[in-house]
Amino acid sequence: MEINVIEGYLYTREHEWASVEGNKAKIGITDYAQQKLGDITYVEPPQVGKAVKQAEFLTGIESVKAASDIYSPLSGTITANNPRLDDEPELVNKSCYEKGWIAEIEVSDPAEMKNLMDAKSYKAFAAGLE
Amino acid sequence: METEFTVLHEEHVSLKALMAPFAGWDMPIHYGSILDETRHTRSAVSVFDITHMGEFIVKEQPGSLSFDSAITTPVLAIKKGRCRYGFLLNEQGGILDDLIVYRIADDEWMVVVNASNVKRDFETIQGRLGSGAAIENISSRIVKLDVQGPKSMAVMKQIAGPGIARLPYYGFDFFEFMGGKHIISRTGYTGELGFEVYVDPETGLRLWKELLKHPDVRPAGLGARDILRLEMGFPLYGSEFNEKTTPVEGGMERFLDMNKSFSGKEPIVARQKTGVKRSLIGFIADGRRSPRHENRILAGGAEAGFVTSGVFSPHLNCGIGMGYIDTAHAIEGTGIAIDTGKGEISAKIAPVPFIKQTSIKYTEA
Repeated sequence: MEINVIEGYLYTREHEWASVEGNKAKIGITDYAQQKLGDITYVEPPQVGKAVKQAEFLTGIESVKAASDIYSPLSGTITANNPRLDDEPELVNKSCYEKGWIAEIEVSDPAEMKNLMDAKSYKAFAAGLE
Repeated sequence: METEFTVLHEEHVSLKALMAPFAGWDMPIHYGSILDETRHTRSAVSVFDITHMGEFIVKEQPGSLSFDSAITTPVLAIKKGRCRYGFLLNEQGGILDDLIVYRIADDEWMVVVNASNVKRDFETIQGRLGSGAAIENISSRIVKLDVQGPKSMAVMKQIAGPGIARLPYYGFDFFEFMGGKHIISRTGYTGELGFEVYVDPETGLRLWKELLKHPDVRPAGLGARDILRLEMGFPLYGSEFNEKTTPVEGGMERFLDMNKSFSGKEPIVARQKTGVKRSLIGFIADGRRSPRHENRILAGGAEAGFVTSGVFSPHLNCGIGMGYIDTAHAIEGTGIAIDTGKGEISAKIAPVPFIKQTSIKYTEA
């Protein structure tokens, strides 16, 4: 299976991505994840103001096949969710790295970025799962 | 048991289908998007490879009644060229399978059964037949393609000729095409105008390719089929029905001919008298979250039943499902909650079909 990645984003082994700019990070799921989940039918809106920890539960996502958890790539406080996903969760399938972003957080510990993979390592990791 | 492959297996793989095991077969789940395939079936035409289902031929001399009492369907009352839905029950009235019977001749029927039950169904029916009757399992010689959707009539006319327009809903006939005579019925599991086509494997491969040449036709997998049937409230064996369930709990009494004898009838009569503790219901969720198989159903905060099937409906844009609930709560409009294990989904008991306007009863009058 062909897996797209974006240079400059950071990735988890659970197939989330983070795009860090300044002290903010946008979060979503990877192309590998959206392909494996199939048609996304619901994204639970992450609660703005809530504190999240790296590798812990961020929010829930449902596809035609299953309900799954999304884990936060970094620790911080949720500052925004993507309102378009309420009516168009399929944006996660169509544009998982851009229009289908799921949460934005204010990063509390930038040092945690060293625990994440870059695009090249993640692509090799995901390819190895096939 | 070794995995079985349909004659179309390589076709599915070349179309990049996601293949998965289903009832001992490696079957296509989808060809890219379950939701797109579901929508395409309700707006145009889809072709499904349903070869995994089983087919038997039963022959019994007129005047002999053993087949008639083997299943709930009144097989002697079915007119030639018509099909009827019914049940194979165990002696306790539990559902061994749901099936469709085709009356081919005065003394000949085709029985179409679920893939997972072929062996058991065959042995059960065979064991109930008298000396003047015979049953043959023809499943391995049959490729079954379902052509379903509002534009399926035009597609099937090109394949089988204009005579196909004369088939009534739940009617069938033999049609001459691709060098042979094959059964086509005006039936399906999607709730749309549609046909089920029974051919030999060699014809099956040619027919599949021919169908996909048509600009309106796309392949659809078992994922879309499950959503389509659930949008119509059609039960699925293994989900809504099993050996521990009777047609009375399932609300299926209209498919029992109580004027004749059939195996499992006495326990059914007793259940009708005493009433049933639980009943099969349909429900519509308040949002897009999907109930899932085996989620608990809560009524008034207390456990009252369980979900047998749940999906996201792309036509209603919300979760839908079916399940068993204590009969006292089985009232349309009642608010219930589905406990997913990760929170609750609120829902309302609703009549099936969930989708009421479809092409299923289309006629060319």
